[in-house]
Amino acid sequence: MAKIIYIDHAGTERPIEVKTGLTVMEGAIKHNVPGIDADCGGACACATCHVYVDPDWMDKVGSASAMEESMLDFAEGVQPNSRLSCQIKVTDALDGLKVTTPESQH
Amino acid sequence: MHVNDADVLKAAKREMRVSDPTLVHIVIVGAGHAGGAVAAFLRQYGFAGPITLIGEEPIPPYQRPPLSKAWLKGEADAESLMLRPDSFYAENAIALRLDTRVERLDRGAKTVVLHGGEAISYDILILATGRRARRIPLPGIDLNGVLELRTAADADRLKAALSRPQSGPGKRLAVIGGGYIGLEAAASARALGAEAVVIEKEPRVLARVACEALSTFFQDYHRQHGVIFELGAGVEAIEGENGQAVGVRLTGGRLIEADAVLVGVGAVANDELAKDAGLECDNGILVDLAAQTADPAIYAIGDCSRRPLPHYERIGHLESVPNALEQAKQAAAHITGRAPPPHEVPWFWSDQYDLKLQIAGLPHDATQILIRGEPTAVQGAARFAVFHLTADNRVQAVEAINAAPEFMAGRQLITSRKPVAPDKLRDMSVSMKEVAA
Ligand SMILES: Cc1cc2nc3c(=O)[nH]c(=O)nc-3n(C[C@H](O)[C@H](O)[C@H](O)COP(=O)(O)OP(=O)(O)OC[C@H]3O[C@@H](n4cnc5c(N)ncnc54)[C@H](O)[C@@H]3O)c2cc1C
Ligand code: FES
Repeated sequence: MAKIIYIDHAGTERPIEVKTGLTVMEGAIKHNVPGIDADCGGACACATCHVYVDPDWMDKVGSASAMEESMLDFAEGVQPNSRLSCQIKVTDALDGLKVTTPESQH
Repeated sequence: MHVNDADVLKAAKREMRVSDPTLVHIVIVGAGHAGGAVAAFLRQYGFAGPITLIGEEPIPPYQRPPLSKAWLKGEADAESLMLRPDSFYAENAIALRLDTRVERLDRGAKTVVLHGGEAISYDILILATGRRARRIPLPGIDLNGVLELRTAADADRLKAALSRPQSGPGKRLAVIGGGYIGLEAAASARALGAEAVVIEKEPRVLARVACEALSTFFQDYHRQHGVIFELGAGVEAIEGENGQAVGVRLTGGRLIEADAVLVGVGAVANDELAKDAGLECDNGILVDLAAQTADPAIYAIGDCSRRPLPHYERIGHLESVPNALEQAKQAAAHITGRAPPPHEVPWFWSDQYDLKLQIAGLPHDATQILIRGEPTAVQGAARFAVFHLTADNRVQAVEAINAAPEFMAGRQLITSRKPVAPDKLRDMSVSMKEVAA
């Protein structure tokens, strides 16, 4: 288990205990955290699981694959700390990770 | 005139309930992707009244796409298939009634009648009954080993039929129908060490859904992975021995031997409940952009519906997870009085081997096909996109193979209706950012 703190666009924090091995996206979907749609169920095909990773955590979550990069390139509202949450696997090292969801997933 | 007191009372109660939203009872029929999603969106959007989710299958809502892909290959476990954890429904006060089939809809009494006779009343009804595999009247269709692929139970049967025995040769799968599900199943069968033969009556696979270049590409790629194709081939019968399928007899007499036969020839809408209750249906329940039927108390979402396609000024039906989710949002937003969600461009994805196919849009009204990149079936190097353009160079649809920028930019161009410069679009050295700018 690792605590992932999902913060919505309005600033509301939802701390959720997520099983290690799941992705940050799966943690949100399984607990009905609003703001992450995940249309493709984690196939890296839709970019509707877009999140902003807290800058302090950028190193720990690692870097995006080429496929993820090119999906992000065209997502709405991308920032340097944008990631697709279905591509971030939850590990013990990510206990306390903060991610913020964008205004809309589209 | 005899006035039934009970009816008057019921009507008064209903009135009262509707004025107090926490007393409005929402009944969802079909606990699949759309049904599960709309229940979750209703709660996310603040609906606090009772929700009953009724499904015929024995398990809570799950994702079907992996059934022909990761699940079939054994790369995903049962838990990862589930849309939500089992505890989700109780935690969100969603009464889940599984293994339960709705037999009839009574719009006058506002009830659905279950198999067994129990009637459940609703204030708002959401039909999310999906589609079922099309059955063809072939001799031998009822033999053991003749399978379809729509549910988790179907996928378990297929997987069992394909698993390699301890000793002896691997199994052989014959697929009737060269659509996406058939091709994905063939690819997964190869990954499981089984042989695969795809039998298609058209001269190419994906004939109804993809352009010729893409069909050829997929055929070549599958052949490189050992899949055998029988194209332009009619099927006369499925042959059996002792009640077990042993092969597919083609028109002309040739027998394609097989241990299992997967019939993947499309799907038909489960729209009978609505049709029998007098709602307009045409291989799908007719709805508007709020997913509402002509009866304001009844919505229909996902595969079972027939809907307006705003970007294409048509109505049609879409069979995809993104569509199920979009319509789930439309209905949940309409019921809770939220602003409607933005119109999505229809889209779809498929995985076969190391290929990621992403399709956006529909090729309606397209007069030209433009290919960006080389559609050669070279292992590890395939990367191209097929654009469908109107006469005035607007993008109607894009089919992208391992080409995420083309897919994403294509989706934006379909929405923006901005004309593109074909020379730039064709030129891989010009980035999609620049093409779309
Ligand atoms: C093998 C396979 C692979 C796929 N791959 C992809 C893909 O890669 N990408 C993609 O976007 N889409 C894919 N799809 C399509 C996608 O799964 C569907 O579009 C989606 O499931 C539609 O959701 P739905 O809720 O409308 O229907 P379904 O998920 O089919 O759910 C309908 C449910 O209603 C139940 N039901 C029906 N009638 C009744 C009744 N009278 N009473 C009670 N319950 C009833 C059914 O048992 C079923 O559980 C795939 C589908 C299959 C089968
Ligand atoms: S869930 Fe679709 S890209 Fe992450």
